[in-house]
Amino acid sequence: MALKREDGRKASDLRPMQAKVGVVPNADGSAIFTFGDTIAIAAVYGPKQLHPQHMQDPSTGILRCNYDLLSFSVSDRKKPGPSRRSQELSKMTQWALEPALDLEGFPNTVIDVEVQIIQADAGTRTAGINAAALALAHAGVPMRNLVCAVAIGKLDKDIVVDLDKSEEDFEGGEGPTDFPVAKLANTDQYTLLQLDGKIQPERVKEVLSFADESCAKIYEIQKKALKEALGE
Amino acid sequence: MSTMDTSNLTIETLRQMFEQGKRFDGRSLKDYRPITVEHNVSNKAEGSTRVRIGKTEVLAGVKLQVGAPYPDSKDKGNLMVSGDLLPLASPRFESGPPGFNAIELPRLVDRAIRESGMIDFKKLVITGEKVWTVIIDVFPINDDGNLIDAATIAASVALKDATFPGLDKDNNVDYHIKTQNKLPLSKETFPVSISFYKLGSSLFLDPTREEEEAAEARITFGISLWNGQNMINSCQKRGAKPLSRAEVESMMPILLEKQIYLNEKLKKFL
Repeated sequence: MALKREDGRKASDLRPMQAKVGVVPNADGSAIFTFGDTIAIAAVYGPKQLHPQHMQDPSTGILRCNYDLLSFSVSDRKKPGPSRRSQELSKMTQWALEPALDLEGFPNTVIDVEVQIIQADAGTRTAGINAAALALAHAGVPMRNLVCAVAIGKLDKDIVVDLDKSEEDFEGGEGPTDFPVAKLANTDQYTLLQLDGKIQPERVKEVLSFADESCAKIYEIQKKALKEALGE
Repeated sequence: MSTMDTSNLTIETLRQMFEQGKRFDGRSLKDYRPITVEHNVSNKAEGSTRVRIGKTEVLAGVKLQVGAPYPDSKDKGNLMVSGDLLPLASPRFESGPPGFNAIELPRLVDRAIRESGMIDFKKLVITGEKVWTVIIDVFPINDDGNLIDAATIAASVALKDATFPGLDKDNNVDYHIKTQNKLPLSKETFPVSISFYKLGSSLFLDPTREEEEAAEARITFGISLWNGQNMINSCQKRGAKPLSRAEVESMMPILLEKQIYLNEKLKKFL
């Protein structure tokens, strides 16, 4: 590979990951997930009755997600409160997780998933989704599968996994490309696909292969964290 | 047009028709409706366009302002894309704070254009402290589905059309002075959006309102030519239905084919 990563990682190396569930005692389920210096915390409240009543769905419970950055988690302070970016990513998080849930047994209810980024160093939405999937499992919400997420990057012509902020700011050649992906663990079903940058259509399948390999590693970390919570 | 939601019966009919490769209006699943472009639809704007795809109509206008550069990109001008889903355009749009759809539309246009390399942001610097800010606003006038693909075309054409207003001796904008100077744009790069919609196991392009409402998932790609290569510049999936690897891979050749098709169709309007 032509490119040398500043922190010495190989193209397919993720940053060190940590996962822990049960970090917010008040919540029905909660988790922290980190990719290197990116730290995401997620809490799940529910299923609980949804108000106002007209939003209720008698055929199923519904999922509601909120993603945001804590104001001090980035270099230039982020004004507290929802931004257009955070509203978009909240919805992306919801759609990434929804296919994994089975909420038909909880009609007229809502499950609130709150994701906050404590420290941001790129890959915040994917760290948030990993934390949220863990928090949902920890809450005992019926799930068909776990959801694993990772941002694949392309720096000039080289595909690498899990960009950090310095890599995201790369300049030159075909520039930096950020390609966040989430999938149902151990399947070929992708629940989040986003992209910014420049990539040839024929190279998209390479990105998906890198994502599959990374998500398999993330899945192991997630399973380990859940087992630890059960005292195994 | 009815304000009622698309019924389950219609959705079921569409699902069955799509499986046979058929649509209500006789198109094949991958066909676009006729596309037309009009220029200079609002003469105070530095560039403005009306794009119609079938009965869908979107206006885009470019305004140029002089402002300060962002602290993290002092050697570059700025781009802002905004817009709204006006109640004028559909019984489904309501006034008030923007909902998700109103937030998403300009953000998708922004990313398709920004990441394509179409605008040479370094050439938008006037002096050390002053740079041009390019503001594109997109407003649907009639929503009959596929606003995003229409809005990206409208924005790209409006950028191509835009001319700089004059500057006074202090480098402030004087909108009364018109120049013939065009924006610093790449000649080869013309970003378009191509959105795939999924219902059941069928993938289709350029939906009508009804077809769009029946869809279970959508994925929008921004694509353009850059240094002689076709590049995907942006992508966003929406909806809770996953896409399989095979589905994503099957989109790639269609994406290239439609990128060429749209560029060919739009050539006569540029």
